[in-house]
Amino acid sequence: MTTATVSAAALPAPARPRDRWQFWGRMLVLPYVLVFLVFVLYPVGYGLWLARHPASYVKLFDDPIFFRSVVNTLVFLVVAINVKMVIAMVLSGFFVTERWWIKILSLIFILPWALPSIPTILSVRFMLNPEWGVINSLIFRLTGADGPNWLNDPTLALSFAMIMHIWKSLPFWTLILIAGRLAIPAEQYEAASVDGASNWQKFRFITWPSMRTLYVTSLILSMIWTLGDFNSVYLLTGGGPADLTHVLATLGIRYLRLDQVDLSMAAIVVALPLVLPLVYFMMKRLSK
Amino acid sequence: MSRRMSWKSVTTEAKLLLIGIPLFLWTIIPVYHLFLFAISSKDSATSGRLWPKEPTLQNFSIVFHRQHFYLDHFWIQLWNSVLIAVSVAALTLFVATSAAFAISRLKVRGGRTVMNLALFTYFIPAAFLAVPMYKTMGNYGLLNSQWALILAMVTIASPYCIWVLKQASDKLPFELDEAARIDGASPLQLFRLVYLPLMVPSLVAVGTYALLLAWNEYLYAFLLLSNDTSITLAVALGNFLSADDSPWELLMATGLIYALPPAAIYYAFKRYMVGGLTAGAVKS
Repeated sequence: MTTATVSAAALPAPARPRDRWQFWGRMLVLPYVLVFLVFVLYPVGYGLWLARHPASYVKLFDDPIFFRSVVNTLVFLVVAINVKMVIAMVLSGFFVTERWWIKILSLIFILPWALPSIPTILSVRFMLNPEWGVINSLIFRLTGADGPNWLNDPTLALSFAMIMHIWKSLPFWTLILIAGRLAIPAEQYEAASVDGASNWQKFRFITWPSMRTLYVTSLILSMIWTLGDFNSVYLLTGGGPADLTHVLATLGIRYLRLDQVDLSMAAIVVALPLVLPLVYFMMKRLSK
Repeated sequence: MSRRMSWKSVTTEAKLLLIGIPLFLWTIIPVYHLFLFAISSKDSATSGRLWPKEPTLQNFSIVFHRQHFYLDHFWIQLWNSVLIAVSVAALTLFVATSAAFAISRLKVRGGRTVMNLALFTYFIPAAFLAVPMYKTMGNYGLLNSQWALILAMVTIASPYCIWVLKQASDKLPFELDEAARIDGASPLQLFRLVYLPLMVPSLVAVGTYALLLAWNEYLYAFLLLSNDTSITLAVALGNFLSADDSPWELLMATGLIYALPPAAIYYAFKRYMVGGLTAGAVKS
């Protein structure tokens, strides 16, 4: 910032070229500003306007499915994200180990992230089908008994949605944490080995302190993205059975389908006190 | 001593395998199941075998010849996916590159604010914006037009692209701009002759990001498009679920066809993706 201003000011005829620079700056930033105004600001404003009636909130709070969805969303956030990040942390340590087969495995491990989510989620949905799915076929063949109707039990169905979510996003977060681990100077570990530190001590006193910030940032960003994860729930359970596995991301679409847009927007407005602090945190972190 | 060492290394290898083998199975099972279905005949698909008795490409043939009513518009839906993904990538590159250049190199007044607005957009969960976006597209009269999906995806893709490109271009030395200025280059010449060539790796990364994001998108696609001839393959796959007696083997074959191009692109550009995106996604 300062370099450019100072050197431009030092030029003999500063005003005209700088004006031209600013003119083109404005022209080039304009397309994005238009996109923002037309497709972000207007929709957000319009959405808030649709959610302006207190009656919508009364109706929303009277809807037992809304409360169920809030609980599901919180369970999803707390359980799925923490499990995912802890596993990603362990796996990042695994993948920085130098073995030829770990290199190959790391290429396969990326698959869930590289593949579009729809085919793989539908594949799992079929695996869980109570009559023809491969899991219950195996259970029948091994025990002679019928397996459970996996997706017909709200707890199991939500658990599988979380497993699906973890399956899909684990590679990404592992990659992020691998990048964090590789940034730690190897000498620190060598010095610790000389001092006879155990693996746990190395993690506790070298790895964790250097990765704590990255880990927390990842946790927050993952929370935001998980709040918006529509596919894992919708394509696996469709919100069912009996609308008991909805999360906020799918609830809005449910109300839209029932032609209750005001409820849909009200549900999102209710979630804002949770979302905005996370957004604020991330913006502060990234705009530094 | 040497014996203890080798004993220790054996346990280390065992521990690594103890993580590696379950990890391999966990990753591969849903993908393999997808593949297995795609190459099995209708009857043998659900038999629970690890490898079909008679693997067949019949399903792909049915898909390509559109011999099922779910697949009547397969080719046009595939084309829609391609067209929309490419348009989103091109438009996003245009919007994001010019914005990043203006903010980072031309130091346009208010650039910081624009960057913050973009970041704010990036951090709105996509599913939360979907309903207002749907209503807005209705107000604009764009519902059922593929422009609705293209513009929505550009809106979602560009903030992150701007941010990554701005990070990358902040790293270019400012002496370049000054030298170009002293030589009398106009801002556009600087953009075209100096900036773009230096930014190629980041442009590849964000272009691929936008392309894959648009190709993979399901929620916005199924909200904004509804004609059988205007939907993308992603929506068509979801439509298979509308009936209980869907032909799974055909769905899985179509799913595999749909999944291969983005996976191939991902692996081909992995070098750029991993460098540009993972480092950019979370700054430590």
